[in-house]
Amino acid sequence: MLSVQNLEVVYDDVVLALRGVSLEIPDDRIVALLGANGAGKSTLLRALSGMLDIHDGDVRKGDVTLDGTSVARLSATAMAGRGIKHVLEGRRVFRELSVEENLRVGAHVARKDLRANLVRVYDLFPRLVERKDQLAGFLSGGEQQMLAIGRALMSGPRYLLLDEPSLGLAPMVVAQIRDIIAEINHQGTGVLLVEQNATMALQIAHHGYVMETGRVVMDRPAAELLADDDIREFYLGLGAEGERTSYRDVKHYRRRKRWAS
Amino acid sequence: MNELLTAVFSGLGQGSIYTLLALGFVIIYKSMGVISFAQPAFMMSGAILVSYLSPRLGFWVAVVLGGLVVAAVALVVERLAIRPMVGKAVFVIAIITIGVDIIVRVVAGAFVGADPRLVGDPWGLDTWSLGGVQVQQRHVAAFVAAAVIVALLAAFFRSTPIGLAMRAAALDQEAAMAQGVNVGTVFATSWAMAGFLAAIAGVFAAAGNPLDQNLWIVGLAALPVIILGGLDSLLGAVVGGLVIGVVEALVRNYHSDVFPDLATNTGSLAPYVVMLLVLLVRPYGLFGTKEVERV
Repeated sequence: MLSVQNLEVVYDDVVLALRGVSLEIPDDRIVALLGANGAGKSTLLRALSGMLDIHDGDVRKGDVTLDGTSVARLSATAMAGRGIKHVLEGRRVFRELSVEENLRVGAHVARKDLRANLVRVYDLFPRLVERKDQLAGFLSGGEQQMLAIGRALMSGPRYLLLDEPSLGLAPMVVAQIRDIIAEINHQGTGVLLVEQNATMALQIAHHGYVMETGRVVMDRPAAELLADDDIREFYLGLGAEGERTSYRDVKHYRRRKRWAS
Repeated sequence: MNELLTAVFSGLGQGSIYTLLALGFVIIYKSMGVISFAQPAFMMSGAILVSYLSPRLGFWVAVVLGGLVVAAVALVVERLAIRPMVGKAVFVIAIITIGVDIIVRVVAGAFVGADPRLVGDPWGLDTWSLGGVQVQQRHVAAFVAAAVIVALLAAFFRSTPIGLAMRAAALDQEAAMAQGVNVGTVFATSWAMAGFLAAIAGVFAAAGNPLDQNLWIVGLAALPVIILGGLDSLLGAVVGGLVIGVVEALVRNYHSDVFPDLATNTGSLAPYVVMLLVLLVRPYGLFGTKEVERV
């Protein structure tokens, strides 16, 4: 199990981005992490994948543990080697490498399983087979997201950390990506799914966390979150009675409700 | 006609040396986003080292060994002087490389001594005559060596895991780290490769003449080459190197016909004039990426 306990992260010695976050990702589960911009979701992912130091971030308190041992000080390379793969926000494919070269870079820490993993990724994403010799920069947004996820899978990770895989994609494609994430999890990879698209995330997640200004403010099974009135109003765009609220009505009073205060 | 071809061949030989140097610049630029001004010093120390090694080990062993030693020196320099500065402004790092250049050059220059030193190459100034065209053997050797090295580099970047990782890191460092690529290894490898290439270039630049303290100035000619070819393009380094070499040789050859009253040979200016002309049309160089950061 991958988990963080009371994690405090500071950027540039000044900006407190996480204020004591605890979260658990059990093996073989999908955990959704919701929250508005600036809540600290991406920071949490960076702490889990060892990418804090290049952003001048520092763990001040608390710990990141993998199966009970602390991994908070490990480098990104070491974390990838331990089976934790981070899919960055905004896809970030290597635009001037071909699709297959992108995948080969993804296998950097698991060279000897390259063949088997390549077959597995091509099975999951048949679209990538058709385009394997094309430059990744020429793929559509959805295909690039598939490539980014496939690239992370190339080392056969135990945990996949996905940062907003639905960002900027058409609803149909989002549904496709959602089903693929469920399938990846079904094949035995633990997933931490950071999303603004709460509907999509909660449909497939087993458990959900809601973050706000660096704290976890809700921690419940996904089904309960889906039924929660506040979540429905703030994240799913449904009114208190369950009907879709017109944006015009919302604008009148612009209630800003916070759980943490 | 023969005179023209002779000049072209000598230009290709000299251009091969520029190509080797420029490749080192480009490899470092692609991996770190910094121009390393230490290349001329590595080039000179390579030539000096080989001049000491070749009487004992023979020329070829000396070249390979000298290249490897300079690569090791570059590795140490990167680890001690450059790595701690990663993330700082590129300008600062570029200035540090100038400091490194001067230190290495002074230390290496102390070994040149008063007696003329030779790198011990088998060619000297011997020529082959191909139907009236005089081709210097050292130029042919430089061209062949550059061709072999370029082919090896192409295979390295295409097929090996570290080569692929270096290309990936050049495109998106953070995404490469997320795949488990160790960016420190990428930096170190790029410096070692650049050091090796510079040392080989130095040997060919010094071939045929006794070593002198000003050998490193040849290294500066790689600057118009990389600007011309595009800072971040290996192909640009190859094409740019050969173009600059040939243009320089042609201008040098026909200088006295065109400017009979000018004592200084305009050949030395030619690379910079070509660079300026190309930049007017393509500000990012012949093969460079458009958004390349300026240093």
